[in-house]
Amino acid sequence: MENYVIEMLNITKEFPGIIANDNITLKLRRGEIHALLGENGAGKSTLMSVLFGMYRPEKGEIRKNGEVVNIGNPNDANDLGIGMVHQHFQLVEIFTILENIILGVEPNKYGFIEKQEARKKVIELSEKYGLKVDPDAYIEDITVGMQQRVEILKMLYRENEILIFDEPTAVLTPQEIKELLQIMRGFANEGKSILFITHKLNEIMEVADRCTVLRKGKYIGTVDVKDTTKEELSKMMVGRDISFHVQKDEGKSGDVILSVKNLTVPSKTHKNNAVRNVSFDIRAGEIVCLAGIDGNGQTEMVNAITGLERSSFGTICLKGEDITRAPIRKRSMEGMSHIPEDRHKHGLVLNYKLEENLVLQRYWQPEFQNKGFIKFKKVREYAESLIDKFDIRSGQGPLTPARSMSGGNQQKAIIAREIDKEHELLVAVQPTRGLDVGAIEYVHKQLVESRDSGKAVFLVSLELDEVINVPDRILVIYEGEIVGELDPKKTTPEELGLYMSGAKRDMIKEINDAG
Amino acid sequence: MNTIYYLIQNMLPVAISLLLVALGGMFSETGGIINIALEGIMLFGAYFAALFVYFVQDSGLNPQTILLLGMVVAAIAGLVYSLLLAFAAINMKADQVITGTSLNMMIPAAILLFSKMFFFSDGITTKINFYIRKVPILGDIPVIGNMFFQRTYLTVVIGFAILIIVTLVFYKTKFGLRLRACGEHPHAADSVGINVQRMRYAGTMISGVLGGIGGFFYSVGIMDGNVNGHTGVAGFGFLALAVMIFGQWRPGRILLGALFFAFLRTLAYSVSLIPFLYNLGINQTYYRMMPYLATMVVLAFTSKKSRAPKAEGIPYDKSSR
Repeated sequence: MENYVIEMLNITKEFPGIIANDNITLKLRRGEIHALLGENGAGKSTLMSVLFGMYRPEKGEIRKNGEVVNIGNPNDANDLGIGMVHQHFQLVEIFTILENIILGVEPNKYGFIEKQEARKKVIELSEKYGLKVDPDAYIEDITVGMQQRVEILKMLYRENEILIFDEPTAVLTPQEIKELLQIMRGFANEGKSILFITHKLNEIMEVADRCTVLRKGKYIGTVDVKDTTKEELSKMMVGRDISFHVQKDEGKSGDVILSVKNLTVPSKTHKNNAVRNVSFDIRAGEIVCLAGIDGNGQTEMVNAITGLERSSFGTICLKGEDITRAPIRKRSMEGMSHIPEDRHKHGLVLNYKLEENLVLQRYWQPEFQNKGFIKFKKVREYAESLIDKFDIRSGQGPLTPARSMSGGNQQKAIIAREIDKEHELLVAVQPTRGLDVGAIEYVHKQLVESRDSGKAVFLVSLELDEVINVPDRILVIYEGEIVGELDPKKTTPEELGLYMSGAKRDMIKEINDAG
Repeated sequence: MNTIYYLIQNMLPVAISLLLVALGGMFSETGGIINIALEGIMLFGAYFAALFVYFVQDSGLNPQTILLLGMVVAAIAGLVYSLLLAFAAINMKADQVITGTSLNMMIPAAILLFSKMFFFSDGITTKINFYIRKVPILGDIPVIGNMFFQRTYLTVVIGFAILIIVTLVFYKTKFGLRLRACGEHPHAADSVGINVQRMRYAGTMISGVLGGIGGFFYSVGIMDGNVNGHTGVAGFGFLALAVMIFGQWRPGRILLGALFFAFLRTLAYSVSLIPFLYNLGINQTYYRMMPYLATMVVLAFTSKKSRAPKAEGIPYDKSSR
């Protein structure tokens, strides 16, 4: 008989209206990295929350080293040596790193915390595993990457042997991802067992030993990573073949739709301008991608174009009309659609129902209101038609609260709203962030369809795959300036990387004048 | 110089009352529960303590002993009353502001009713004098003795002692750390095995204890032993909330805030002693508005930078993120 450190047998967990885990079995060997793969909403996080004691399953049992254990809360899990890095970090911002690490297991004498002892242990651990942190820094002042190190140190401090990582790479830069994967490998070599939740296939191929796949709450199978391929895994995950290449014909570009001239936007975080004297045009029937490493002025540029922020210099024209100072509603009515970067903050009203979110751009039009009263019947019909057309899946149809929908379906709702409304220009900012392969394929298809129907599409992306596969033209931004215009068919990821890191730049003046 | 001593001697009992109640608010809010009910808790504590004093005042006990016992009674009463808020806010997930408001409205009316029924009056007046003219030995220290140990109440010393204890508990113990985590990021606290509901109960109950004591000290130090349903505690519960916000939920700064508001109030009531203010010829009623006006001004200017506990006022729900 094989020796498993954790066995989750026939786990079933139901929520009102949905079976999140349906008879799932997962067996974890000692010292392995076991990937848990599935689309958003497949039940990965629920299964891990069961293991970590946040939820109680309706059916099934959990065994540790062959013995049945009862995990009723995170304390029980901790006592069994199970630790978890949550997808949304569980850190108190106003506390120091040290305070966050010891929270819940404070070394103390008569209730008074003994910080020195804890500090020593944290410093030892951070040196041993190369997790550099300053124990006295406050969480609100440190980078996301460092916050994650704090989460990992929390588990190590508790001497956990079974480590759960819930989508740990979603918020990290490529460099940080590489480091994290190495650290995880180090843990496994030391005999710790790791459960690695993800939907990024490259990472699984790189670091995992075995992989269990879930789909829509059901167990699909467990495979040895070395005997499988990305294509096979994605087929297991989605249930059909996924193409990693975006299907599109040659674009036919038409009139200039968006024209940006000498745009300059001040930064909120530093004294320099975030966007410096940028000019470019986007024509009907083409997808132009703004590529660059996060934080090089993309957000500010998009905010200036969509009206969320004021520019300090330059003009923005939509179909020849100056909209530099126009209010957002006007921009929208003139034909600008916007898929925002932060779908929770700017894309949806999370506490509203799906149908209400779907008419956010249109509720004031005569079709949906009469003398200030909203025609809810019309709204419902419209929402239902969009749900049907764009395949938005949710528990209660138009009445689902937006908050309770999966990320992919929230994004579908925003896309439906923005694409269905009359528009000439679609501004899509990181439209596939945090989505799984199925949803990414869907979003890309929508962007290409939009282009083919003669719209201008302005895509802002941080993902190299997306930058190379989707657009007709690439503009590279570095420190607020456009440093190059590339043809995606002719360029390589390496060349793109050189531009993005500022190592290479064309004569900006020329591009801007020609643009 | 005598005027300054006089102002300080009169200011301290006022400041202590504000300080204790504001510290109570701090405990409740850093745990995640907004405690608008402080006004009601103060009055509730004060009334029961006054009842207690009323029944033992003729027993011949030392007045300072009675004060200490009365404080215990006020603490228990405040705690009991705060449990109503805790139950509504934590178990029933009710709106905390509305619950607190209703708790505030109930108490003055109940006091009026109860007092009319049993005392044929609109409140209780005790006849014990808790006033200390001069503390032996300590009162003879130059300057400091004049400021802190003459014409004062035992409440002042107790108040400062409580401040020190509270600061230690808040910053140095695991209880304090856990409580603050619950008001800031309850999910994080839950994920490391802290019982958020229990911590919030604890925070609210401490605010009840401190609120009740603060109320009793108000009636002792400011109302000369009277508690009635008309004036109540004259908005001191709300003033204490302002002090707490002014103090940014930190004990040290709350002390400063309490002293500031108490100073304004004392000044307003002592205009006739200060020739400069008196000669201005402004109706003294306007001066009495000062602490309340200052509240509005100070809050208007500080609230932009103010950083309340992030999760305060939001019932904890495991499943929402």
